[in-house]
Order: sequence, then structure tokens, then C-alpha cells
Amino acid sequence: MTVMPTRVKQWTCAALVALCCAAMPAAAQPPQPQDEFKPVGNNPAPEQIPAAPLLIGAYIVVLGGLFFYVLSLSRRLGAVQQDVQRLEGELKRRNARTS
Amino acid sequence: MPKWFTPAAILCGLMFVVSPVLIARAPDESAMGMVYKIYYYHMPSAWMFLLAPLVCGFSSAMFLARDRAKDDRRAFAAAELTVLFGALTLITGPLWARRAWGTWWVWDARLTSSLVGWMIGWAYLILRRYGGPGSDKLAAGVALFGAVNVPFIYISVNYWRTIHPPTTVVPKLPVEMGVPLWFCVTAFLLLFILLLTMRVRLEEARTRLDTLYVALDD
Repeated sequence: MTVMPTRVKQWTCAALVALCCAAMPAAAQPPQPQDEFKPVGNNPAPEQIPAAPLLIGAYIVVLGGLFFYVLSLSRRLGAVQQDVQRLEGELKRRNARTS
Repeated sequence: MPKWFTPAAILCGLMFVVSPVLIARAPDESAMGMVYKIYYYHMPSAWMFLLAPLVCGFSSAMFLARDRAKDDRRAFAAAELTVLFGALTLITGPLWARRAWGTWWVWDARLTSSLVGWMIGWAYLILRRYGGPGSDKLAAGVALFGAVNVPFIYISVNYWRTIHPPTTVVPKLPVEMGVPLWFCVTAFLLLFILLLTMRVRLEEARTRLDTLYVALDD
């Protein structure tokens, strides 16, 4: 059995590498031409997100949220202050009766 | 209410009436277009959402150290504002992100830590509502965690990979975009102070009510 000389091995490897490199542009061929045209209705159209509803929605959320919180706080405060006044009146009347 | 409250409330109301005009006059952003204008309410809400847990945490620390009811009332009021401004931030952010990023939500460090901060606010309120006796001290402990989370939320965009704009956006804003922003920040800060004052007042009135009930029972 004959052994391949080292120099031949080197040349063979170099040739293979060169072949691979040469094949790369061949592999990167342009895409196949379009063989049919499809109307846009058959494919989903690219997503179009309108800005205005999101913008207006955000402002409504902030202003509405703040308005309802202020309203809720005013009502809670008003109710508690009313109770305080009522109880203070009751306490005064009771103290007047006992004294 | 203190003497300054009514003039400050009128000024705050006027600022909120004027702010949409200033925002409408601001130019659109080159990449995001008109939708970036959510920023003018989103960012001040987010800053108040960071300020509220700091006030809550600081007041809670004072309450734990000095055991004064005044500190506890301020902490309770600030916890409610944490939940309010947190909700506004966490709703307006996804509305902006839907258009700017193409998604409502991403689980990055900024959004996740903000959600955690908001839930800590809720935890405080739920503890106060259902915790029973001693819940004020327990809630104060929770508030400390909420305050510690704030710097983490703030720096998260600078240290971790995210599509959220970093904190360097604000100083680099051109004047025509910066003026409406700082106007809105002032309006939100004034509103925050007014709401905190009102909420503290409510807690004071409730304490007075409890005292009166006890006095009437005796």
C-alpha cells in the first residue's frame, strides 16, 4: 500500500478549501423569480397601529383616573368630617346635660 | 385645610388645563411620531410613582423609630398615592409601547421592578385594611422594601438590556420638547402635594372620629 506524500495531502486540502470558497457565491444565488401574483386580500397586511387612539386613550386614563381619585377623596373626607361634626355636637349636648 | 391649599389647587387645575395646549404644540419625535407625546403624562406619573414610595418609606422609618401617629398617617397617604400613580404609569406605558415597540409589555428589569413596586404599594394597603392590630408596624416594614426598590427601578434602564429609553433621554431633550415636560412635571408634583395633604387630612379626621366614638361610649 502506498502512502500519499505530505505535499500532496496539503495540496488536496488547499484545493478542497478553494472549492468550498468558490462554491459560496454560487450558493448565494438570487431568489427564484415570482411565478404568480397574489392580491393583498389573501395575505395579512403589515400591521398598522394608529397612534391617535393610543395617545388619546392614555390622556383619558390619566385625567380620568386623577379626576375620580380626587372625587373619591373629597367624598370620603366630606363624609368623615360630617360624622366628626355630628359626634362633636352630640358630645357637647351630653356634656351640657350632665353639667 | 391649610391656607395655601385653595390657591395651590386653583393653580394646579389651571396647569392641567394649559398642559394639553403645550403638548400639542411640541414637535413630533422623528422615530415614534405623535405617540411619543404620551411621554408628557407618562413620565411625570412615573416620577410621582417613584416619589410616593420614598415618602412612604421615609415616613414609615420615622414611625418605626419615633412611634408618632403623624408619620404613620403620612406613610398611609403616600402608599395610596403609590398605587394611584403606579396604575397610571403602568397603563400609559403599555399604550405607548404598543406603537413604539410593537408590544404591550416586555419582562425587562424596568417594567418588572415597576410592577413589583406597585404590588408592594398594594401589599401595604391590604395589610393596613385586613392586617388587624399591629398591622401599622408590619406595613411600615413593607414600606421600607418599597422605598429600597425605587433606586433599582430608576437605574435599571442604564444597567440591564432593555428597549425602554434610558434616563439620559431627559437631559438631552431639545427646548421645544423639554418645556412642556417640565411644565407637566411641576403640575404633577403640585398635584401630588395637594393629594398627599388631603389624604393625610382624611386620616386625621378618622383618628378624631375614633376618639369621639370612644368619648361617647364612656
